Amino acid sequence: MSAVETATTVDAVAGDWQPTADELAGGLRTMLLLRRFEEEMQRLFLRGEIHGTVHLYIGQEAVSAGVCSALEAGDWVAATYRGHGAALAQGSDPEALAAELLGRRTGTCGGRAGSMNIVDLDHGLVGCFGIVGGSIAAATGAALGCRGGDRVAVAFFGDGATNQAYFHECLNFAKVLELPVLFVCENNLYGEFTPLAQSTAGADIAGRARVFDIPAARVDGNRWEVVAAAARAAVARMRAGEGPQFIEALTYRHLGHSKSDAGRYRPPEEVEAWLARDPIDQLRATLADDERADAIDAEVGGELTAAVERALAAPFPDPAVDRATEYAP
Amino acid sequence: MSDTTFRKAICAALEEELERDERVLFFGEDVAAAGGVFAVTPGLYERFGPGRVFDTPISELALAGAAFGSAVVGKRPVFEVMFGDFLILAMDSLVNQAAKFWYISNEQAPVPLTVRCAVGAGGRFGAIHSQTPTPWLLGVPGIKIVAPSTPADAKGLLKSAIRDDNPVVVLEHKRLYSISGPEGDGTVPIGEANVVREGSDITIVAAMRGVHDALAAAETLAGDGIEAEVIDLRTLRPIDERTVLESVAKTNRVVMYDEGPELGGWARGLLGAVAERGLEDIDDSWVIASGELPIPYSPTLEDDFLPSAERLADEIRARVKAPARA
Ligand SMILES: Cc1ncc(C[n+]2csc(CCOP(=O)(O)OP(=O)(O)O)c2C)c(N)n1
Ligand SMILES: [Mg+2]
Repeated sequence: MSAVETATTVDAVAGDWQPTADELAGGLRTMLLLRRFEEEMQRLFLRGEIHGTVHLYIGQEAVSAGVCSALEAGDWVAATYRGHGAALAQGSDPEALAAELLGRRTGTCGGRAGSMNIVDLDHGLVGCFGIVGGSIAAATGAALGCRGGDRVAVAFFGDGATNQAYFHECLNFAKVLELPVLFVCENNLYGEFTPLAQSTAGADIAGRARVFDIPAARVDGNRWEVVAAAARAAVARMRAGEGPQFIEALTYRHLGHSKSDAGRYRPPEEVEAWLARDPIDQLRATLADDERADAIDAEVGGELTAAVERALAAPFPDPAVDRATEYAP
Repeated sequence: MSDTTFRKAICAALEEELERDERVLFFGEDVAAAGGVFAVTPGLYERFGPGRVFDTPISELALAGAAFGSAVVGKRPVFEVMFGDFLILAMDSLVNQAAKFWYISNEQAPVPLTVRCAVGAGGRFGAIHSQTPTPWLLGVPGIKIVAPSTPADAKGLLKSAIRDDNPVVVLEHKRLYSISGPEGDGTVPIGEANVVREGSDITIVAAMRGVHDALAAAETLAGDGIEAEVIDLRTLRPIDERTVLESVAKTNRVVMYDEGPELGGWARGLLGAVAERGLEDIDDSWVIASGELPIPYSPTLEDDFLPSAERLADEIRARVKAPARA
């Protein structure tokens, strides 16, 4: 990787925000929700309740939990097929999300979308996009829709997406039009089975944004408070009319790319080193209040178990009743 | 010839053509070191090395463009687009460069490129990992589309595609990768349909996984005294109208059975050709395809959305009724 510094502390990220204990606890709550949700989904997938494929977010929670903590109602987020985390961080209902993955009528999209294509406009989720790079365009467009107001849009995407035409066209487009869009690259070092260095010339993703004159920070994506600080600073600049911003968050997926991948192409030492930097463990350490952390974990776990049970009890859509129309009326 | 699987037959075709002609290249996302996300191409990288077989960035437009440019200057590139749904990102180069070059250059050079992609629904992969790109490609003169239903045809058609001097899209139905059958030997000609079951009462025309549904329906119907002839198109462009017309001249009834949307698909187009050129032979003709909607995720919705062997048999039974036996 290039000479660009990676910010690993809140102080290293421009801006004057320092999280309070309550804010740290809120961040932990969100991250635990994301983690426990994905663990439930993994179990349901292995039980054959979730169909097709599923891309889990475990290990990367600090990124969307951190970024979305800097957003307000009315802001927009676009994410990827690995998007359950972003959806939940935006406040999407876990029961409906679980029901969607289970293909139930009560799902976020009535069972039509499935894991890779969730849309939840009520919670500011423009969509999760199954095409690598698609989220970048959707958020750029949402930002165009926000121009002139004080709302902003965020695109989450992976390192692999920075090799798509979508990435280069949209960054340029957003800068030329000075759109209020925050591009958040979740650099987990792999696109499917291929390491970043083998697919991404220069291996400097933040540098790619700087070429377009877009302010870009590279941050430790496994530290919630660092991501949150960087996002707050970027969002403030966007609301002040300073145009697109970029965050490269270094992180790691703990599991394989999708359900069928055991992740054998990753050196075990590398996996271990990243597991030791678990974003949830790190935030718990920062919060330094085990009693409170345990209570949050237990509460989140209880809520999720109940939500998943309700989702499982919900009916499947009935094609004879749940008629779809090709066109909007 | 011993039995093999559909995916192994594809790998064998690639291996044989890479061996046979050093101008052949093979590349795509995670096709080399990892052997493909559908485990279709293991071992090729190890055997032929990074100069011939390589992984690429996630850049479908660059893949198609690189295939086009290298084909024009003398290579015979084969590239994989992981899911047919992603072909749309490669379409400009494929449609506006590769498909037109031979004609508009006044035949200065051919464009011998092949693109393979996994297609088809039924796997609960949702709207963006289940499509079959045929309707997008059918209206593009200069492109060939092959669509095998058996391991032997998968192998033989891919070999023909690689040897063909035109851009050829090879559609590989995901739900066929694991089927077994004879491996077959040599090439299978592009543009020739195959009568896979003979019958006198109705002609069922299908491709890819649809052929298996058609054969299953034909078996059911045989129990009711209806003999269906089943045609496996194998190539969707250029389409083998003659084999279909010959069959319809015999059976006088035809149903086109396709997994894709009815509008813009091969089924309506072929029905039009039959009406135009074989009208006097037709007592009945129709299309069974999917509705005009994106492909749903939920099992109940997807099952209802897709045509099935049962629906095919039911509709034929209802429309053919008791055939008069000679
Ligand atoms: C256009 C397109 N090409 C290929 C794929 C298949 N695919 C899904 S995820 C993925 C890897 C993406 O890597 P990255 O952008 O780093 O995101 P990550 O999965 O690591 O979060 C690929 C190749 C796709 N969904 N869309
Ligand atoms: Mg990645």
